[in-house]
Amino acid sequence: MKIVKTKPELCNGCGACMTACSKTRYKVEDPQKSAIRVKENSEKPGSYEIIVCNHCGECIPVCNTEAMHRARNGAVRIDDVKCVGCCICVGFCPNNAIFTHPEINEPIKCIACGACTRVCPTGAIYMEEK
Amino acid sequence: MDLLEMKKAHKLLARMDYELGKVEKGYTNRTLYINLSDNTIKTKPVTEQMKEIFIGGRGFGLWYLWNAITEKTKWSDPENEIIISTGPIGGITQYPGAGKSLVVTLSPTTGSVMDNNTGGYFGPLLKFAGWDALEIQGKAEKDVIIYIDGNSGYVTIEEAPLEAVDSHLAAEQFTAMYADSEEDKRNVAVVSSGRGAENTLIGLLNFSFYDVKRGVPRMKQAARGGTGTVFRDKKIKAIIVKYSGVKGDTNGPADKQKIIDAGLRLHREIYELDKVQNRMREVGTAHLTEIMNDYDLLPVMNFQYGSHQDAVKLSSDVFKEYFTQGLPDGCWYGCSMACAKAVDNFELKTGPYKGQKVCVDAAEYETVAGVGANCAIFDPEYVIEANFYCDTYGMDIISTATSMAFVMECYERGIINKEITGGLEIKFGNKDAALELIHQMGNGYGFGKIVGQGVRRMKKIFAEEYGADPNLLNDIGMEVKGLECSQYVSKESLAQQGGYALANKGPQHDEAWLIFMDMVNKQIPTFEDKAQALFYFPLFRTWFGLNGLCKLPWNDIEPADNGLTDEPAKVPEHVRNYVDIFNGVTGKNITKEDIILQSERVYNFQRIFNLRMGYGTRKYDIPPYRFMGPVTKEEYESRAERYDNQLKELGYDIEGKTVEEKIKMLREYREDQYQKLCDAVYKRRGWTPDGVPTLETVKRLGIHFPDVVELISKHQ
Ligand code: SF4
Ligand code: SF4
Ligand code: SF4
Repeated sequence: MKIVKTKPELCNGCGACMTACSKTRYKVEDPQKSAIRVKENSEKPGSYEIIVCNHCGECIPVCNTEAMHRARNGAVRIDDVKCVGCCICVGFCPNNAIFTHPEINEPIKCIACGACTRVCPTGAIYMEEK
Repeated sequence: MDLLEMKKAHKLLARMDYELGKVEKGYTNRTLYINLSDNTIKTKPVTEQMKEIFIGGRGFGLWYLWNAITEKTKWSDPENEIIISTGPIGGITQYPGAGKSLVVTLSPTTGSVMDNNTGGYFGPLLKFAGWDALEIQGKAEKDVIIYIDGNSGYVTIEEAPLEAVDSHLAAEQFTAMYADSEEDKRNVAVVSSGRGAENTLIGLLNFSFYDVKRGVPRMKQAARGGTGTVFRDKKIKAIIVKYSGVKGDTNGPADKQKIIDAGLRLHREIYELDKVQNRMREVGTAHLTEIMNDYDLLPVMNFQYGSHQDAVKLSSDVFKEYFTQGLPDGCWYGCSMACAKAVDNFELKTGPYKGQKVCVDAAEYETVAGVGANCAIFDPEYVIEANFYCDTYGMDIISTATSMAFVMECYERGIINKEITGGLEIKFGNKDAALELIHQMGNGYGFGKIVGQGVRRMKKIFAEEYGADPNLLNDIGMEVKGLECSQYVSKESLAQQGGYALANKGPQHDEAWLIFMDMVNKQIPTFEDKAQALFYFPLFRTWFGLNGLCKLPWNDIEPADNGLTDEPAKVPEHVRNYVDIFNGVTGKNITKEDIILQSERVYNFQRIFNLRMGYGTRKYDIPPYRFMGPVTKEEYESRAERYDNQLKELGYDIEGKTVEEKIKMLREYREDQYQKLCDAVYKRRGWTPDGVPTLETVKRLGIHFPDVVELISKHQ
């Protein structure tokens, strides 16, 4: 399967990916509802950190509702019907790549759809085999 | 027998349809009242005053029971109630340990009010079904179930003659019966007991939660003080609640973000630090066994000793091999502490289910220390087997273990013999005899009938019927207020002697565990320090029971820099989390001081409840001497150096004195110390020298209801 890969050195911090993600997933343009996050490096202004799920699957066994699962296409996904919004997966993600928003009951995480990579103007994010 | 046949045999006795409620800021604002004598089902309002003073959970239970009974009520009277309630925080999914159910009833063993705090899904699902509390009064004629459907909005009382009484079967049958599909099973929670609750006074309640990974209902226990015995005496076979649709906001929080933030802080801490701290996710509380053994605190042979060379055979590494690893063993959603370990495919070697392979919810520290070390049986498979049977028979494993250890000592000292035990050679270390005794207790025959009545009643029987020396029995029978002691040796920690013996319901460690602060870290040297600890910690821990919380995520995981804070024993950062989640749910604005104040109201009310039932004064706070020091020569000799030195430091001349003489000196000193501790604690708590809350105290706390004032006025 293909997942989002990053070259943070190419990122200019425009945030287009975050807008694209929230729009695809939740039909709003709100970076707080994005599964990919771009953060300016506090020590090095002008350089950015990109955080996005790499589908390692470490969050799957910590979920006690079986909501977190590996989908047929290989992506690690949340089944919203089963999920109780406990946020254990968020706390147990080794990459801190699962997010929460008070208006959304389930955690926000990447489903590897690729929408963000299509809007990135610099090639800082792209889809590649895992 | 198939489920359809079982269900067909149900006979509907009563039904009430109700409007589905909505949880607002942690409350549904109503209680479900059921009377099994006349099959009443009705709604009662939860008032603002109740929420203000009693908060929820244990507080609600105490208030309802107070109003339901009189000072003359006995546990088996129809007026007695069983009240189950979680509390305002109970049911949030984001913070570890937030799904507890609190159970209150009048106890068969203590004759006074009993409270229990248990996991399982019942309390939260009950609330989401529309009820802050379930209050059950009366007695049914034949075995009944109570069913609450929280999606369709109805409650029924039904005769249910065919389902099993034993919990591992009852939970399975009722879960399958009321779930629409395999997927739906996690939405069904069952409260049940077992045959042992009918045949002993130490019956417990099992609260189920469906484990989707294992595909079996698991169980947590409201174990203490015979709550299950009351349940079976009321002829309740099971209480079942069904609610599907649990989400992160089902508890109706005022400020969800606050709760998420606190939850994430703790999840992260557990993720990073549990593996280097207590390994709760791997072994649950079983890691305590080796620590207690190392510090001479593990009860061995009826609390005579504090360690044993064979304790390694019961260490957490041994149990880890039995516990299935890598499963999310939380007893409610969101518990990343995941201490609820289980042994899968365990083949039973004895009893009615011999040969069957079962999933056993085993084994917590109390079980390992109790039926294991305290009975000097260092065999993990025996511990797991005993754990399974105590649970499914519905018998409190702490009381079973402490009662067995007492019987074993009596046997070894010749107080009882084979004639009395019906041929059982009930010596320390005899695992076959121990298991046989558990089966006798559960099934109500032979010597088990006597043991199942608990230590207090056995002391009386052994003295009155078998001519045993009552003084010795009183010294070694490890109960206070009629409740058997949980599994820590308190002899060398005066503060913990108070932690145990002053506890409202009897000697259970859930009120205060001060041994390390007192004995190891020596942080509370003076009487005033100890009194302050015995003021703060029991109140802080009471708060968990008002809100539907588990104690373990408070201090079984600590922030990395906890040691650098002013008061590490309180875990200040976690206290902040609790303030946040309470405010996040209720929309109030409490401080950490308010936590203590909220508890103080309920705690004092419970103390006064004891008084009302004929107890609750100083003389009921005095433990048997074995809580305080060595009763026998062997005990003294096992720690001779420590005791000799203590006597010397105190200025006693021990030169040429016999062990018996030294025991006497030490006893005089320690008993006097304990009385002084009581003086200091009562003063700090705002009680009279006899241990009764003063009028001033109850007024300050706002619990000066007319009947409270009338009652305590007689004791000022
Ligand atoms: S938030 Fe949902 S997906 Fe994540 S662990 Fe909890 S139930 Fe599973
Ligand atoms: S791949 Fe899709 S889900 Fe993942 S971050 Fe990009 S837009 Fe969001
Ligand atoms: S720490 Fe253990 S007992 Fe407490 S809530 Fe979590 S799983 Fe349940």
